[in-house]
Amino acid sequence: MTVLRLGMWSLRLSPRGVATAAGMIVVGVAVSLVALSTGEFTVPIPDIVASVFGRGTPAAELIVGKLRAPRVVTGLLVGAAFGLSGAILQSLTRNPLGSPDFLGFTAGASTGGIIAVVMGGSAWQIAGGSLLGCVASAVLVYALAFRNGVQSYRLILVGIGVGAVLVSVDWYLLTRANIHDAASAGTWITGSLSGRGWEHAIPVACALVALLPVCALVSRPLRMMEMGDDAAKAAGIGVEKVRAVAIIVGVLLCGVATAAAGPVIFVALAAPQLARRLSRSPGVTMAASALMGAVLLVTADLAAQRVFAPVQLPVGIMTAALGGTYLVFMLRKERR
Amino acid sequence: MRLYGSGLTLSYDQRVVATELDVTIPDGSFTVIIGPNACGKSTTLRALARMLKPRAGAVHLDGSVITSLPSKEVARRLGLLPQTSIVPDGITVADLVGRGRYPHQRLMRQWSKQDEAAVAFAMEATGVTDLAERCVDELSGGQRQRVWLAMALAQETSILLLDEPTTFLDIAHQIEVLDLCADLHEQGRTLVAVLHDLNQACRYATHLIVMREGRIVAEGDPVEIVTAELVQEVFDLRCEIIQDPQSGTPMIIPESRRRTRTPA
Repeated sequence: MTVLRLGMWSLRLSPRGVATAAGMIVVGVAVSLVALSTGEFTVPIPDIVASVFGRGTPAAELIVGKLRAPRVVTGLLVGAAFGLSGAILQSLTRNPLGSPDFLGFTAGASTGGIIAVVMGGSAWQIAGGSLLGCVASAVLVYALAFRNGVQSYRLILVGIGVGAVLVSVDWYLLTRANIHDAASAGTWITGSLSGRGWEHAIPVACALVALLPVCALVSRPLRMMEMGDDAAKAAGIGVEKVRAVAIIVGVLLCGVATAAAGPVIFVALAAPQLARRLSRSPGVTMAASALMGAVLLVTADLAAQRVFAPVQLPVGIMTAALGGTYLVFMLRKERR
Repeated sequence: MRLYGSGLTLSYDQRVVATELDVTIPDGSFTVIIGPNACGKSTTLRALARMLKPRAGAVHLDGSVITSLPSKEVARRLGLLPQTSIVPDGITVADLVGRGRYPHQRLMRQWSKQDEAAVAFAMEATGVTDLAERCVDELSGGQRQRVWLAMALAQETSILLLDEPTTFLDIAHQIEVLDLCADLHEQGRTLVAVLHDLNQACRYATHLIVMREGRIVAEGDPVEIVTAELVQEVFDLRCEIIQDPQSGTPMIIPESRRRTRTPA
């Protein structure tokens, strides 16, 4: 740990944590540049830089500014939101499985989105439906798991159960929908960044700007709560208040991210754990998890576009495949 | 008195553990609360540490109702070592002890010189300085308990409450932890501990609180209050009391229902 002091202010940073964060930013920028520059039509990197400053060729302006940049930016922001959401909820449940994927929140967002799709909703209504679905499922899971406070394992088990029920609701809706709606709903529930424009990126950006300060405020008390409620209360933390704020922030981040990209699984699950292992920090760290989420999602999206080109996969299929592998790896490690 | 509770009704949900309980912690004492299982001793300690909100009555700290004081302010005066805490994955000893400084820190003041000094002192006092960079998961039970104690100590409170600090330790580590507590008391702190072992309680306590079924049956200097009748009344155990050959404090020799081995 290195301490920076200035007068009465002091900041504590781990050199390895800072190095990891810097490394992730470099990788994130590099992957983003590749995603912006390559594809059916290659745009050289100097042209990308030029068009960022509004001095690019019209072709580059169109391809980068209208098509590729919104997709990359949405990917980065959604990834960061999922990473943060996972970090908060894993820290709160003191369990690496305590991500929105397992708590049923992602499933709730899917169901909300599918209802909107099947009812022929617009893009905005689908986004709203998934945000509502996410919040509603969180309220339901919390209420069902509540018995004199909420135990983490009960929250996860109830979440898995609610998630399973919601998946069956999804399938019911799909069988009742007409073929056109069912097809678009099918793409939507795997989670995809294809065709994302600035109208998708901006709401996520706004949500992150609004919620990041709250994340910064709750991150230190949350870290104390990882040692148990008693230890945190003894240190003077209002455990119930912090928990309520953290759950709301975690659910909102997950809901906003899902509204923009659909229920992309695995990012919220894996990003905090990978970030923790890389930075060797005790417990879950927010900033590193957000960066890791952003890097994971843009990388997975780039792979989904290029690996089976010209076939374009939805990013959700890529993350699901990676996520399954990661989960097996993690469970094997836990059993030792 | 800096810390006392009056007219306390303590309950978990519907199960009432104590009613009309008055409990006072003498300043500068090493108070030990003892009693049979489910007598309410841990519950009482938790109420004193504001972990449990009394259904009636109030706990007072330095003349104010404890719940009316800002929680961080209380945490700078009164510390608690909970019965069980969770070790975060991969945390080092120095990091964990450092977390005891939380009530003294702010978002923009994360690590002052005073924090550093308090952590160094706490690790020195508990003998874990050499373990500073080790992972807490790798430590033995005794070492780990010393680390938790160091964390509570780093909080720099003049009152320290300990909920069964010796429970999961072998006898050697129990004595080690209790000796450490006695040292901390000698340095001027007020200590309150819940213990299971009567003999250890008699040895280390300057003030003993004996509880049964949510009531305080006796309290005072263990030398004056611990008698065979009291043990019979509180624990339903027939015993003989002799003098501890080491400390001169009362020592309980339980009577067994059967005498299987007669001396040769």
